[in-house]
Amino acid sequence: MTRLPALALPTRLVHLSSIDIVIVVFYFALVLAIGWYLKGRANTGEDFFMAGREMTAWVAGLSFLSANLGALELMGWAGSAYQYGILATHWYWIGAIPAMLFLALVMMPFYYISKTHSVPGYLKLRFGESSRALSAVSFAFMTVLMSGVNMFAMAKVMQIVLGWDINFSIWVSSLTVAIYVTLGGLRSAIFNEVLQFFLIWAGALLIPILGLYEAGGWGNLKLLIAQRASDQYIHLWSGLGSFSHNPMGINWVGIVFGLGAVISMGYWTTDFLVVQRILAAKDIRSAEMAPIIGAGFKMFVPIIVILPGLLGLGLLPEKLVPESMAVATGAHSYNDVLPLMLARYCGPGLLGLGVTALIAGFMSGMAGNVSAFTTVWTYDIYRPFVNSKGSDHHYVNMGRWTTVIGVLISVGTAYLVMQFASIMDYVQALFSFFIAPLFGTVVLGMLWKRATGPGGFWGLLCGTLSSIGMWTWVKVDPSALRYVALSPDAKGLAQDMYQALWSFIVCVVVTVAVSLATKPVPDSQLTGLVYGLTEIPSVGDVPLYQKPLFWAAVVTVVFFILNIIFW
Amino acid sequence: MISIWFFIGISLAVNGALILAAGIYQLVDPPVNPGVVLFNLHANVWWGAALLLFGLIYCLKFAPSRKA
Repeated sequence: MTRLPALALPTRLVHLSSIDIVIVVFYFALVLAIGWYLKGRANTGEDFFMAGREMTAWVAGLSFLSANLGALELMGWAGSAYQYGILATHWYWIGAIPAMLFLALVMMPFYYISKTHSVPGYLKLRFGESSRALSAVSFAFMTVLMSGVNMFAMAKVMQIVLGWDINFSIWVSSLTVAIYVTLGGLRSAIFNEVLQFFLIWAGALLIPILGLYEAGGWGNLKLLIAQRASDQYIHLWSGLGSFSHNPMGINWVGIVFGLGAVISMGYWTTDFLVVQRILAAKDIRSAEMAPIIGAGFKMFVPIIVILPGLLGLGLLPEKLVPESMAVATGAHSYNDVLPLMLARYCGPGLLGLGVTALIAGFMSGMAGNVSAFTTVWTYDIYRPFVNSKGSDHHYVNMGRWTTVIGVLISVGTAYLVMQFASIMDYVQALFSFFIAPLFGTVVLGMLWKRATGPGGFWGLLCGTLSSIGMWTWVKVDPSALRYVALSPDAKGLAQDMYQALWSFIVCVVVTVAVSLATKPVPDSQLTGLVYGLTEIPSVGDVPLYQKPLFWAAVVTVVFFILNIIFW
Repeated sequence: MISIWFFIGISLAVNGALILAAGIYQLVDPPVNPGVVLFNLHANVWWGAALLLFGLIYCLKFAPSRKA
């Protein structure tokens, strides 16, 4: 769900003072110190790969949210808010909250009680080795490639925003991540993600505060945006009746079903990068509460991401342009809006904190990718297919080496992208191919006991191939978008939504058809894996205010209120 | 084991102190060209102070010497 920022900007956007540099250096020193401190607590497989399964709900929840709150995510979606207005908020509300609550209340009990180390590990338990292999290989491969692509994009941003050498940014950030993850494993990655969460809020919250002060409040900002763009930029739902009545070129079906019911469900419930944080929770109640805590904070992330983009639209004297035009004309692109707003309000010290927040977001995102890759490689590829008789110590060592190798592959990918920029588009597209079908496979596996191993495998494969097919079709013939998205007025983002929706449907239909044509799995083999055959563990005899269901209801009510307010 | 919240307290307190110091310096000796909008609000003073206070509370509450 990461969108990459502009890769070609005209001049350095901000200049750091010596106090800003001290703040940045202090951040690097602190994360290395945390990694060093935790090195003695990553000696077993459970410690290194699962953080000892002893994280509290708050730590797991904030880490779960932070793994998705990378620097490119912040800058990309602030740029989208400038480009599409408040519609970009859908990716934080309907595109996240229902999926997080579904993960907490429906899926997490199965992940947790199966004691799996990973999402591919669950597929192995439920559908067999072939589904695990397909999922693990595709995930491991794409995770390190995405990490490299993000690394290059971030280094390029640092070069343009701060004037830093691109090689310096790549090597300093990647070596730092390699050191602290190799030393402390998943626990180190999680600790630094929670630290990053606080730094991002501390570094970014001043922009909306000062921006709203300058604009004269939310009411005046809406007037400014309506004057400079259109009043469709400040409505979440009222323009989604048709593709042509909103700046995004999408309709409510694509947002509700494509984004809300498929893409976000796929990302938040089956992408092991985020799910791994929850699996590290100390008990079932913490595992259920963690995504709910994440959802509670996720609802307010638009304050530091979407609002700066809207403030840029209403307040910046210059008009930002699409990336292609920025490259040609030397103007600033949409994706520059967050650094521009940072430079607009933040003087010495504050600027350093804002830049540190971006660096922290990037590094924790990379650590998340690397730690997830390490776990999937060791437990779902190396152990079942290469060496199944190693000791726990052997697998921990393999994990440490894989961390280093994963970082080096990411660095290699970053340099490859530097030479061949078009690779970036292909890698991002590849990642999206797997998300929706994987959700179809996992959710059918959890909720429908008749789903069989061959059904799961062929559904996953056909769903993925259908996604690749649709993407290739539109790539070869852009006018085909009207068929994929069912409208001649559909634009690029609509393709993502409908492509996911169709591939999910293909996955479900094939899984059901093949399952019904193959021999059912005996109920005795599905205990603990499928709804109806599993006794869902109780969260214990706790007061109402400690029950996950109660807080899920609170989050749901706030979610509806926010959508109605900004309708 | 040292709590993660203690590390966060250290981070916020140190960053807050540095930002507050930079803000006080600019308050005492204002630059001719501040380079930022709303400089008159001296955001780095009150924001730095808030971070420092928040960080110190976390440091004290989750200090390794205190039992949970």
